[in-house]
Amino acid sequence: MSTVTLARGFVKNSLDKNPNLGQWLHFSQPNKVTLMVGKVDFGQGISTALAQIAADELDVALDQIVHAPINTQDSPDEGVTSGSFSIEHCGGAVRMACATIRAVAVARFCAARGVAPESVTVQAGVLSSAQTSQPMTYWDLHLDDQAGAPVLQDAPAKPSAQHRLVGAAIPRIDLAKKLFGGPSFIQDMDLPDLLHCRILRAPNRAGRIVSVDEASFFKKFPDVEILRDGSFTGVLAQREDQAVLAMALLQKLVTWQLPANLPNAADLHTFLTTTPSEQRIVDEVVAKEPLKPSATHVEAWYQRPYISHASIGPSCALAQWTDQKLEIWSHSQGIYNLKSDIEVYLKREFPNGGAPQVLIHHVEGAGCYGHNPADDVAFDAALLARLAKGRPIRLLWSRADELRCGPSGSAHLVKLEADLSEEGHIDNWTHTIWSNGYTARPGRSAPGSLSFVAAAELANPFETPVSLDPPMSAGGGGDRNAIPLYDLPNYKVVYNRLLEMPIRTSAIRALGGYANVWAIESFMDELALSTQQDPVAFRLKHLSDTRARAVIQKAVEQAPWWQDHSQDEEGVGRGFAYARYKNTGAWCAVAVRILAGTSVRVTDISVAADVGLVINPDGVKSQLEGGAVQSCSWTLKEELMFTNEALTTSSWDDYPILKFSESPVVTVALIHQPNEPSVGAGEATQGPTAAAIGNAVYNALGIRVRKLPLNMDNILKSSG
Amino acid sequence: MELMINGAKRSSGYPANGMAIFALRNELNLKGVRMGCGEGHCGSCTVLIDGVPTTSCNLPLEALAGKHVTTPEGVGTLEHPHPVQAALLEEQPGQCGFCLSGILMSAVALVDSGSTVSEDDVRAALDAHLCRCGSQPRVIKAVMAAVKKVKTV
Repeated sequence: MSTVTLARGFVKNSLDKNPNLGQWLHFSQPNKVTLMVGKVDFGQGISTALAQIAADELDVALDQIVHAPINTQDSPDEGVTSGSFSIEHCGGAVRMACATIRAVAVARFCAARGVAPESVTVQAGVLSSAQTSQPMTYWDLHLDDQAGAPVLQDAPAKPSAQHRLVGAAIPRIDLAKKLFGGPSFIQDMDLPDLLHCRILRAPNRAGRIVSVDEASFFKKFPDVEILRDGSFTGVLAQREDQAVLAMALLQKLVTWQLPANLPNAADLHTFLTTTPSEQRIVDEVVAKEPLKPSATHVEAWYQRPYISHASIGPSCALAQWTDQKLEIWSHSQGIYNLKSDIEVYLKREFPNGGAPQVLIHHVEGAGCYGHNPADDVAFDAALLARLAKGRPIRLLWSRADELRCGPSGSAHLVKLEADLSEEGHIDNWTHTIWSNGYTARPGRSAPGSLSFVAAAELANPFETPVSLDPPMSAGGGGDRNAIPLYDLPNYKVVYNRLLEMPIRTSAIRALGGYANVWAIESFMDELALSTQQDPVAFRLKHLSDTRARAVIQKAVEQAPWWQDHSQDEEGVGRGFAYARYKNTGAWCAVAVRILAGTSVRVTDISVAADVGLVINPDGVKSQLEGGAVQSCSWTLKEELMFTNEALTTSSWDDYPILKFSESPVVTVALIHQPNEPSVGAGEATQGPTAAAIGNAVYNALGIRVRKLPLNMDNILKSSG
Repeated sequence: MELMINGAKRSSGYPANGMAIFALRNELNLKGVRMGCGEGHCGSCTVLIDGVPTTSCNLPLEALAGKHVTTPEGVGTLEHPHPVQAALLEEQPGQCGFCLSGILMSAVALVDSGSTVSEDDVRAALDAHLCRCGSQPRVIKAVMAAVKKVKTV
């Protein structure tokens, strides 16, 4: 078998790299516990959930937990905040660190007061016992002398019955400030004597500057500087409004050379199936006993277009470069990997030493759904700060660049084939994928290459990596969720990862799990209906996993509109889908009700999920609900547009997302499993929601649409 | 230029024909006015001008002259929240929360208008705002709760 190239740098937990107590918490502030983590908040509410875990394990109040600022100097290196791993990896480490230190504190208290461990209770950080009149606090016990001691993997963590905060719907600790207008995001950050930058970017990553009419520029903006290195070009101004106007003029004064290297947007099928690719057998199971000849053979192709992250807040970074230090403020999901990739650049630029020390601070940005331009803008800012010679700068990307120059979600093609027995059982199943890889984050590609958009624009450019995929042990990438979850006697999963990447792709929420689940769960309906079986019953017939069966039954049972058709107007359709995210994460079933008229509108969504032990039920519901609504948007509306030379999507007008008037009513039920390990919730609804909508479109119109988005254009092309 | 913002006189040295958002955010330090697209498409930068929700990223500063301008900083406080803020805290719609300050302004204008408001009216009033995290269902619930609360007071 040929060797397969996988992305690097994935970890199985957070403690291997950060084994000591002092890397996770300290008691240096009176009456407060300072929690140090490497997982960052970008809208999912992880800091609230981590505070709940820590406060419960230590028996302190929630407001006694203080989150330390996250930076590359002091914080544990937990890799990237992605893949719905934060509760498992970081939450697990925090729980064990807190349990370890609590046990030390109890032992010291017992020794100091001569009391028995069983008699000790802890409340708000105060240790007391009926056997003494003299309580002590964590802060009396010099616990920070344990900083170099290891976090014990077998520390006595609390059973779920003793949780006070874990399992409770605690309000988000960050929300109030945001609602009253407080500076909350990196975009709101200031530094003394800050200068403002904007960047000039080609609408095709392979585009290069032929010329810039600088004379005309400086006639209009004599006080604005142009900073250039090859085709990498920015403007530097005293005020942000000047930077914006100056960049608008510069865009008119540049001549681009744009190669005609982009795929034919109208025929992505041909592009995906003919571009050179690396093939791998993801999984294959062959029945021990030969099966009877099949009665029915079904096959179908499903295609997703390129989609954009489209965060509401444009990517932003601040930077200052002095002789000794390069300091960057970034909303990256992985500041340590960002740092190591910036150091690749520095090592080349300073071959004889003398490069500045890199320090990256994480500052929260707007909602992030994968590898968006957060890392790009940080590298841009570093380059601009170098050219700005010591002055602090702030760079904000434009809306157009945010939509078209950041990494996109790859176009993704799936061919599914199945054979059914006379009894309507699936005997054979083949799933074949064509897609670009799903990660080119910093630290994931071959050493020496740099995925930053600017790295290829420099006069001395770096090699641009073609996206790879996480290994299946980290959930896989283009092959995520492609291994069938159903009980099938024979199946084969094949993945063709493209070796060329004319349109830049990387991680986007759920990776290949979105398109694969959309395809599989659409196909399950096709198989059920082609053999006159009820789609939900057909799934249950192939599913022995009891936790899967429970969410499926809950999702349809809790929705009154699932059974009750008495109020149906013309165009109403219902659809259902199920998946266990990554095959190892949350079990999630989704039922939808739609109204298909001049467009498809999702009126209702019912979600049922099992995420094991729930840390914050309101937080989990919010994530599942938000994911379902976002998936509606992807599924119904979204598609990056391009010619053979340039991406043409450049504003919200070209890239509509779901509006308030189009928003569904969403109901979420959680199946509580307090004694099962927690698994992430943030990406579980993406795939099932898409397939449920597609199945509802078929239910309403009798048209099977196998090409996303499910807009009128694709529906009409799929009819007849 | 003299301005009246959140009930107080403020003075700006920014160009009259420059976009208002930069004076509000960078000169007057009203960072609750979030910068989203710079083209008036997403609603993040919405302020109230004489009570009317208006995007400030595509509005010349001089359009604020002689008007009463309200930004998210001028709506309420944690101790005395506006009913919309109280309802948003109750419903916890924020995921990232970036879009919320603009949404807050449109919702405040709708609720303060005192007119009878249906859920469809709320959806229509908020349609100028984009949210990417999928908070729409909870925001709609929260604003409807605020509408009901104001009506019953």
